[in-house]
Amino acid sequence: MTTTLEEPTVAIGQENAAEIQQRKPIERVSIICSKGNLDMAYPGLVLANGARMNGIEAMVFFTFWGLDMVTESKIDHLHVATVGNPSMPIPTMVGGLPGMEAMASKMMKKQMEDLDIPPVREFIEMLHDAGAELYACRMAMDMFKLEEKDLVPQIDEVLTVLDFYDKSAGSQIIFI
Amino acid sequence: MPAVEYAGQTIEVNEEGFLVDSNQWTPEIAEELAQEVGIADLSEQHWKVITFCREDAAKQGQPPGLRRISKLSGVNMKDLYRLFPKGPGKLAAKVSGLPKPQGCI
Repeated sequence: MTTTLEEPTVAIGQENAAEIQQRKPIERVSIICSKGNLDMAYPGLVLANGARMNGIEAMVFFTFWGLDMVTESKIDHLHVATVGNPSMPIPTMVGGLPGMEAMASKMMKKQMEDLDIPPVREFIEMLHDAGAELYACRMAMDMFKLEEKDLVPQIDEVLTVLDFYDKSAGSQIIFI
Repeated sequence: MPAVEYAGQTIEVNEEGFLVDSNQWTPEIAEELAQEVGIADLSEQHWKVITFCREDAAKQGQPPGLRRISKLSGVNMKDLYRLFPKGPGKLAAKVSGLPKPQGCI
């Protein structure tokens, strides 16, 4: 039996705003932040904040290295990876030299500031004020031997994966 | 471009309902735009935000992003979400008769 794919009536990217508005809007997003590099911290934060700015409910679940983004002792010291990062415009050997990571991180922070994007700590505070729900992963906390007092106060709750799915009901889940 | 009647005037809006010409905006139009997005009455704090947005846009040539509004208007982030519960990022600009903000923050 052959399956015929239905031809789309409008080419992708050609839809007009009226047609987009007819589609069911996103009502809730559940964003999983699993990375602790500075460059991987921002996508989740920007998406969550953008959702709230647009009237969409947002929750963020910090797990594994993503916990660094909400750990008091780490939040102000996140780094850009200069080694093992194929998008970094310098050779890996050079990226491994002492001071390179600090320099790249400093440059990125400066660029963010120029674009009016806040540092991670302020971003987390902003998300909290914007009504985004912020959760930390129980298993990762146990793994890294962290307690709730080690996290920033904006974290609403520590969740198991079962809690995570319960809270994500009706959400689009985004993994970063 | 669709045209809509606001406060007895015919106003051109884009597909998302933002005013095409921000000079056509009046406070009466703001009241009607607000009702359309579920805000029954514009409070003093709403007006503080709207006035800031319009003044800032006139100076900067673009509508302010939400972070900028929260830092400079005197209305903090929590209150902005309380005032525009369906999404202050877009709605503050819309009610102020400005285009949709282009920034991500």
